[in-house]
Amino acid sequence: MAEMTPAELEKIESLKPIPFGTGYKLIGKDYSTNDLVAKVTGRAKYAEDFRAEGMLFCRLVLSPMPHARVKRINAEKALAMPGVKGILTPDEVPGHADYINDNGTTIKADKWGELALTDHPMYQGEPILAVAAVDELTAAEAIEAIEIEMEPLPFNTDPLDSLRPGTGNAREEGNVWVREGHEAPKLKVLKWTDEDFAAEKEGKLPMGHAPDEWTYGDVDAGFKDAALVLDETFLTPDVSHQCLEPRTTMAHWQNGKLFLYTGTQSTYQTVPAIARWMHMDEDKVVFISEYTGGGFGSKITGGLTLVVPALLSKKLNAPVMMRISREEEHFIGRARPGIRGRTRVGFAKDGRITAVDMFLVSDAGSYGSNGDGAACGSITSLLYQPPAMRWRNVTVATNTPPRSAQSAPGGMQAIAIMEPILSKAARKLGIDQVELRRVNCPEGKAEYGPPNPRTGKRAYVTSCYLKQALDEGAKKFNWKERVARGPKQVGTKVRGVGVALSTYHGGSIGFDGLLVITPQGRVQIHSGIGNLGTEAVIDVHRAAAEVLNVPWDACDIIWGDTSKPMPYTCASGGSQTTHAMTRAAHAVGLECAQRLKEVAAKTLGGQPEQYEVGNLRVFRKGGGAGMSFAQAAQAAIKLGGIYDGHEANPDVHKATKDAVAALAGQGLVASAKDKYPHDGDSYSYLACFAEVETDVETGKYHITDYLAYADVGTVVHPAALGGQVLGRSTLGIAHAIGQKWVIDPQYGATVAKRFYQNRPPTILDVPVDMQWDALNIPDPETPVGARGCGEPPVGGGCASILNALSDALGDNIYQRAPVNADTILTSYEAGRPMQNPLLAHI
Amino acid sequence: MSDLTELKTGEGRAKEITRRNFILGVIAGGAVVSAASYRFLSSTAHGGVFASDAGERLITLNVNGQQRRVDAMRQETLAWTLRYKLGLTGTKLGCDRAECGSCTVLIDDVPYYACSVLTHTVRGRKVVTIEGLASPSGKLHPVQQAVVDAQGFQCAFCMSGFIMSAVGYLKQNPNPTREQLAHGVSGNLCRCQDYTKILDSLMKGAEYMRRA
Ligand code: FES
Ligand code: FES
Repeated sequence: MAEMTPAELEKIESLKPIPFGTGYKLIGKDYSTNDLVAKVTGRAKYAEDFRAEGMLFCRLVLSPMPHARVKRINAEKALAMPGVKGILTPDEVPGHADYINDNGTTIKADKWGELALTDHPMYQGEPILAVAAVDELTAAEAIEAIEIEMEPLPFNTDPLDSLRPGTGNAREEGNVWVREGHEAPKLKVLKWTDEDFAAEKEGKLPMGHAPDEWTYGDVDAGFKDAALVLDETFLTPDVSHQCLEPRTTMAHWQNGKLFLYTGTQSTYQTVPAIARWMHMDEDKVVFISEYTGGGFGSKITGGLTLVVPALLSKKLNAPVMMRISREEEHFIGRARPGIRGRTRVGFAKDGRITAVDMFLVSDAGSYGSNGDGAACGSITSLLYQPPAMRWRNVTVATNTPPRSAQSAPGGMQAIAIMEPILSKAARKLGIDQVELRRVNCPEGKAEYGPPNPRTGKRAYVTSCYLKQALDEGAKKFNWKERVARGPKQVGTKVRGVGVALSTYHGGSIGFDGLLVITPQGRVQIHSGIGNLGTEAVIDVHRAAAEVLNVPWDACDIIWGDTSKPMPYTCASGGSQTTHAMTRAAHAVGLECAQRLKEVAAKTLGGQPEQYEVGNLRVFRKGGGAGMSFAQAAQAAIKLGGIYDGHEANPDVHKATKDAVAALAGQGLVASAKDKYPHDGDSYSYLACFAEVETDVETGKYHITDYLAYADVGTVVHPAALGGQVLGRSTLGIAHAIGQKWVIDPQYGATVAKRFYQNRPPTILDVPVDMQWDALNIPDPETPVGARGCGEPPVGGGCASILNALSDALGDNIYQRAPVNADTILTSYEAGRPMQNPLLAHI
Repeated sequence: MSDLTELKTGEGRAKEITRRNFILGVIAGGAVVSAASYRFLSSTAHGGVFASDAGERLITLNVNGQQRRVDAMRQETLAWTLRYKLGLTGTKLGCDRAECGSCTVLIDDVPYYACSVLTHTVRGRKVVTIEGLASPSGKLHPVQQAVVDAQGFQCAFCMSGFIMSAVGYLKQNPNPTREQLAHGVSGNLCRCQDYTKILDSLMKGAEYMRRA
């Protein structure tokens, strides 16, 4: 299926960029989203802005040790202090329970999983208890009066060190996560031999046994045929999510129901998570999340610590606010796992990759395995289309804060590892950087990953026009002129230009849409999407309005509160939403139009097909009888059944059926499931370009220009897409220019834990006019043609800077990111990379 | 209302708390006490009786053109007073330690980090928060309007701080270049990080202000 004929390929290559909004009234046009005025006037309520009568405050007590057992807690004195209302200890936190997921599959409880409080901390900063008091000062004073006796346990903060013979493991049960068959990964002990570690002396990543492995194609033959083989070791940094809004939570109970206020990436999907963590029924949870101050993967269903105020509030019978400080955020707020990789790549004379052999050691932190290593392999195989590839991976547990998916999990690391190798190869082979990427670029229904063991077939994507994005981007960036422009060095200043390809997953399928035509004639759209700033919470519903042919100002969006009905909705993680929920919105728009026609036919006579919908009316084609939306809604209520929500569309998820039931009788209630065909996996793509100017005397450099050219299918809302393209590019750039963790291995103690020590880029770290553009060629496998773009730019942002730096300074500067002034100063003089590529967190 | 009429209660205790609070806050090693501490007064809930009570004085602040009377502790930050005592939650706390700018307000037209200004130091000065920018009729300030028109921000947690910094800067330099305005708001951090669009919207705000 993924095999394409030359004619098909030619057709793909002939497609050209399309002006945004072509063929649509709403899609592709800029507009002001419905939440903006509340945001600019300060009326928008984030979690910490809610208040409740009699609200207490709680504070967490964090473990000072990276691995320990709490032997004894004596809180007597603290509890006797005036104003102190109570404490919550680990034994009051419900343990892990089995649960049933969306597909009805039972997921077994994870015995190694994280809890909200623990008496067996696995990292410095892990919450061990919480104190509630009338105010935070009282809580803090109480904490000082609590005696905690702890027994230190052996620990390890460096994944590679953990594989060395004779070293300690992060956890008693083992140090490496191993997946066998379809089971959840298990902890095992893995130590390599001294011989395995021999490569370390040459600054190369040692390669002992790796539990995860796949191969496709003839890798050995690929290397044999290669004109050039590169073997590079590279380390990507651990970077915290650092959402500007800390994961503060407020909780209160009323009539046995838990009301919880916090910022998350999904309103709908957070309720089952809370119910699971609290061991309670979903219908007893009301979750309010109107505005979320950033997520980037760290707040997909809210932080686990939200359980703490919920339990304390129940215990003390009072509302509890738990504010999270910036420093606590460092410990509990999640981070991208750093990966050290050793990658051999073979190139033919024309720059085409002949084989890739990728070996990775990923840091899992203290809880759970992660998929970053696996994504690293599949993204590499998609983005550079090697005809043969072997991938091996070890995911190592360490006593460092827990990791989670961060925008482009694994994809960012893959691109940061691969792109500098491509740049080096282009220089060695004398090929233009854009040209080398062009010959390796995926196209059309490109295949990726290893063959499925069951079917023997490889997965493939829905569509890919990255070649066009690369060509258009190169034109717009004046690539050729910039490369030709001399001199490269003026005084101590050296210029360099870089290009990088980028991709990540861009959408899921199968969710529901829900809307009501009210008797007042409004189109009331119910959204279960989290409002974390991408504006997908509102944007995707333009697809429903477009299908219904209604003006946007006739639409109201209901979001952010699960006491209001909402449909089965994806979590806004993994760039799913634009794709998944424009499909659902499109489906419900069509469903609603059909029901409107049926209502009109039943009321005014004739057949539904004789009617059409437009301008807030349903009317006979070619003129004649018609009714307004308001009249149609009133008629729908009279008709009842499927028309007013007394019956739900049988296709939809149970949650949507419940929502429909709650809306019954309120108007014309339409619900629908996305059942559109979808051949392939949805990915989005970018070509990213950067120019830097470095000062070889000071080691300082700055980015003078940046352009990202996107292939994300149809553009739904240009301003919001631009925010994603450049915002996530900058998140990636942060990995190149400065962000990392610093941990003292002797004590397992974090050193860089605040913004001033581990700062995301400021407005002065990036060009004042970064550029972006998009092809706007629709994806053929989805009705609106739109895919997501939260993750895809991250890797390209990072790698384009790395590549520009090596263009300026040569290949012997860095073996790890970030590249700072120190890296440049020491390595430029020495003529070889001076920073150890293997040590973690330095 | 002048200083003379302010109620003074429990001065000695207040001093103690001041020192402790700030030391705790500044070093906040994360080892045992997880972060700095604050107190919250909810008069309806607790009737003003607290463990670590005292140190409160009734002062008058000029906020958004109104005289507001408020009980504030000596060590209380302006951000805390605004958010928890005056209900002005548009001023955000991203770090509480002068690192991010989310809490920026204008004091006598100059942008300050409200998390790092003590409330009692702003008596007699004009404090303007994001809630005070629009006209009483609800007409948005030109910079707010520009941010709406250009969809300038994403999650917007940083937005009020950026807008306040920009408004303060533009009072000094109404016709800046992009580079100048970028410097003007460089004390504000945005984690969603499309600084280009932020700057586009603030430049548009400058233009709207000049036209107004
Ligand atoms: S909250 Fe004041 S500077 Fe961050
Ligand atoms: S818009 Fe999210 S932090 Fe600035």
